[in-house]
Amino acid sequence: MSREKRIGEVVLDLQHISLAFGGVKALTDISFNVREHEIRAIIGPNGAGKSSMLNVINGVYTPQQGAIEFQGKSFAKMNPRRAAEMGIARTFQNLALFKGMSVLDNIMTGRNLRMKSGILAQAFRWGPAEREETAHREVVENIIDFLEIQAFRKTPVGRLPYGLQKRVDLGRALAMEPRMLLLDEPMAGMNVEEKQDMCRFILDVNDEFGTTIVLIEHDMGVVMDISDRVVVLDYGKKIGDGEPDNVRNNEDVIRAYLGVSH
Amino acid sequence: MAQPDPRNAAATSADTLPRLLLSHARTRGDRPAIREKDLGIWQTWTWAESAARVRTIACGLAAKGVVRGDHVAVIGENRPRLYWTMMAAQSLGAIPIPLYQDAVAQEMVYVLQDADVRIAVVEDQEQVDKMFEIMAQAPSLKAVVYDDPRGMRHYNDPALLSLDDLEVLGKAHDAANPGLFDDAVAAGKPEDTASMLYTSGTTGKAKGVVLTHAAFIGRARACERLEGLTDREDVLAYLPPAWIGQNIFSYIQPLVTGFTVNCPESPETVDIDMRAIGPTYYFAPPRVLEALLTQVTIRMEDAGYLKRKMFHHFMGVARKVGTDILDGKSVGMGDRLHYALGNLMVFGPLRNALGMNRVRVAYTAGEAIGPDLFVFYRSIGINLKQLYGSTETSVFVCIQKNGQVKSDTVGPPTDGVEIKISDAGEILVKSPGLFKEYYRNPAATAEVKDADGWFHTGDAGFVDADGDVKIIDRAKDVGKLANGAMFAPKYIENKLKFFPFIKEAVAFGADRSEATAFINIDVEAVGNWAERRGLPYAGYTDLASKPEVYELIAECVEQVNADLARDPLLASSQLHRFLILHKELDPDDDELTRTRKVRRGFINQKYAVLVDALYTGKTHQFIETQVKFEDGRTGSISADLPIRTVKTVGAMREAA
Repeated sequence: MSREKRIGEVVLDLQHISLAFGGVKALTDISFNVREHEIRAIIGPNGAGKSSMLNVINGVYTPQQGAIEFQGKSFAKMNPRRAAEMGIARTFQNLALFKGMSVLDNIMTGRNLRMKSGILAQAFRWGPAEREETAHREVVENIIDFLEIQAFRKTPVGRLPYGLQKRVDLGRALAMEPRMLLLDEPMAGMNVEEKQDMCRFILDVNDEFGTTIVLIEHDMGVVMDISDRVVVLDYGKKIGDGEPDNVRNNEDVIRAYLGVSH
Repeated sequence: MAQPDPRNAAATSADTLPRLLLSHARTRGDRPAIREKDLGIWQTWTWAESAARVRTIACGLAAKGVVRGDHVAVIGENRPRLYWTMMAAQSLGAIPIPLYQDAVAQEMVYVLQDADVRIAVVEDQEQVDKMFEIMAQAPSLKAVVYDDPRGMRHYNDPALLSLDDLEVLGKAHDAANPGLFDDAVAAGKPEDTASMLYTSGTTGKAKGVVLTHAAFIGRARACERLEGLTDREDVLAYLPPAWIGQNIFSYIQPLVTGFTVNCPESPETVDIDMRAIGPTYYFAPPRVLEALLTQVTIRMEDAGYLKRKMFHHFMGVARKVGTDILDGKSVGMGDRLHYALGNLMVFGPLRNALGMNRVRVAYTAGEAIGPDLFVFYRSIGINLKQLYGSTETSVFVCIQKNGQVKSDTVGPPTDGVEIKISDAGEILVKSPGLFKEYYRNPAATAEVKDADGWFHTGDAGFVDADGDVKIIDRAKDVGKLANGAMFAPKYIENKLKFFPFIKEAVAFGADRSEATAFINIDVEAVGNWAERRGLPYAGYTDLASKPEVYELIAECVEQVNADLARDPLLASSQLHRFLILHKELDPDDDELTRTRKVRRGFINQKYAVLVDALYTGKTHQFIETQVKFEDGRTGSISADLPIRTVKTVGAMREAA
């Protein structure tokens, strides 16, 4: 049964983004956009600027030139807090989890922005704080159910295999109930089965919650299978943009990314 | 807490499963009938609530056109609503057919065709996809109902319906036809078919085993009387519902006795949920007990020096006196005190970690259990007993009695069961719990059920001096070595499988001069062993081919040989050579049945090259094998397998 497409308007528009670290040009004049509900992949060889691109989107890096338009509002620069408040969540290539804390608590940290009661009230589970925690816990439990990690609810994250930690990282990002999810190499270091599971979860998130997804990935097979559109970067420049099939046949992309030119 | 049984006359006289449900709803309406952990919280439904839901679902099924005699396929894990669906179908006089939820679609086609299934009630998207895949091949299937709506948003086939919608439909139908449900329940007769279960069968096509209400209820009552079961028991439903064992212990027995069924949150959380629930009534096939013991062994090997020492010391005490204490035999004061200390320091915490602290009665069946494995559980104070039975006998043929438990028998026949050994050594059973017939297969029925009503079990065995039945092997598997000595492959395989490092074994030797075996290593146990030795490996195939691992397994095989040598009947069956298979035997590749029994004939054919290599003196053999992945795609694994010769003991004097 095919996935019904509900791709909408452009929600994120990046215009002429350039980013340099001293003399090193990480990104040069890059423009592309992301439509609502789509799965948008950014691919490219190592050092092409993929992670920098994500970091620009959620405000970790500030580009020297260019503008970002998110949901119709234009910004010269984002900052991570504003990005989070506007509904952009992300996962990290090297995981950003609290290794000593349980899966449950880690995902609960994703609710942080949505907690209304003060730190004291929360510490003593005072009045409304208790009700609030219950409501947040319900959201978190739904995510645990969704990601099928019930068996590890109380397990410290550091004790889980890598593939599962990646899933918890995704769970933490989902706990923000984001409109847009940035995934930095969600499949890196996984075996085939774990990759398949992760693909299913990404498609399900996109489908069930309508979340727009921007992902960086090395595994061409995965990218071509699940993305709606693909941007290709090489040495900080955009060399391709379009549907997977177009990109796959693009000469520049084949040369740069796959390293075979014949 | 054995209380005076509050079951009233109505409950004991209820003679069909739906009438039992209704009588529980009346007499113990607010007692928990079924629990399920959902979103981290245990949800409870009482008998009254369960009965109400069954009524709604039944009316929903009726609204979809299900009538008396129809077949309803039920496919999924243990979920309350799927249980209610089975009860609902039975209330209408329809016949639920539970199917193995992990079977691939093509395996289900046969059952759907054979039983003319009209409606399938399934758990989730995965099963729905399977149903649609095979709908064209099974034209009788008109509707598919699903429980879990996840991922189902874009499905809009008119044949598809959610259980929620079915219940809405049922409510309306009930209001419009108020007498429908009660009339249907009242019209049921004890000799009607209650369920149909398809036997996996190690050979040939699956057969639909037709079982009546009377057969089920009669056997469950016999067990209830024998064990003094009350409505306060808790059972964890964690095995496939399509398996007769699971069906009896988590569906029939609770319906008869009125105790509580607990459904785990997911198949992966069974260990955690088991600790949370602490079942009092427990059933596990040997492979589950084996897996648990392997886990315990691994964790103990990883534990600190002091803990390890303490564990081994007290396990020694347990082996010496544990089972005697459990059986109530006389044991010296010193040993008793020693055991009590062990109970405080080791056995108690261990039982707790296994979730078996409250277990009053635990059964194992389905396969023979290794004596050491069996004794391990009993020695730490868990009342594990063996029973004997099959789908065709509503399970309970023999049950070991408390205090009279031997590791190599399955106990005396239960109430009302007669046992006879045929001239060929096959066990024959006559029991009120016998199946009616194989569905639409009188030839197969006649083959196993003779004119006098004796059921031919196909198991070879005998009755010992105490009247306990002892099973040796499948009658058709017991063969002879070339020198005429008895060769019982299963017996040897079970001995091998008791080692935590060996997960599966297939022994060869019928009509050959010597016995040999294929081994599957237990990747968890051997992997852990390898890690502790700093031995790097990349997956099963790599690990299995390591010389160190061969050395390890050779030691196990030699121990088995030493053991076999002690029994004059079996000394000739000592293993001369073995190899470790490059892949794990898998039901998806038809090498095991869904209940994980070795399909001997098939393996013999599939790996003929390897079997030959074992007997032609080769030192290694190349093999390439097709494998099926979970999603139905195929791939291949290849390896050059070393063949290892091992020491045998005693050189078999009489042969020389």
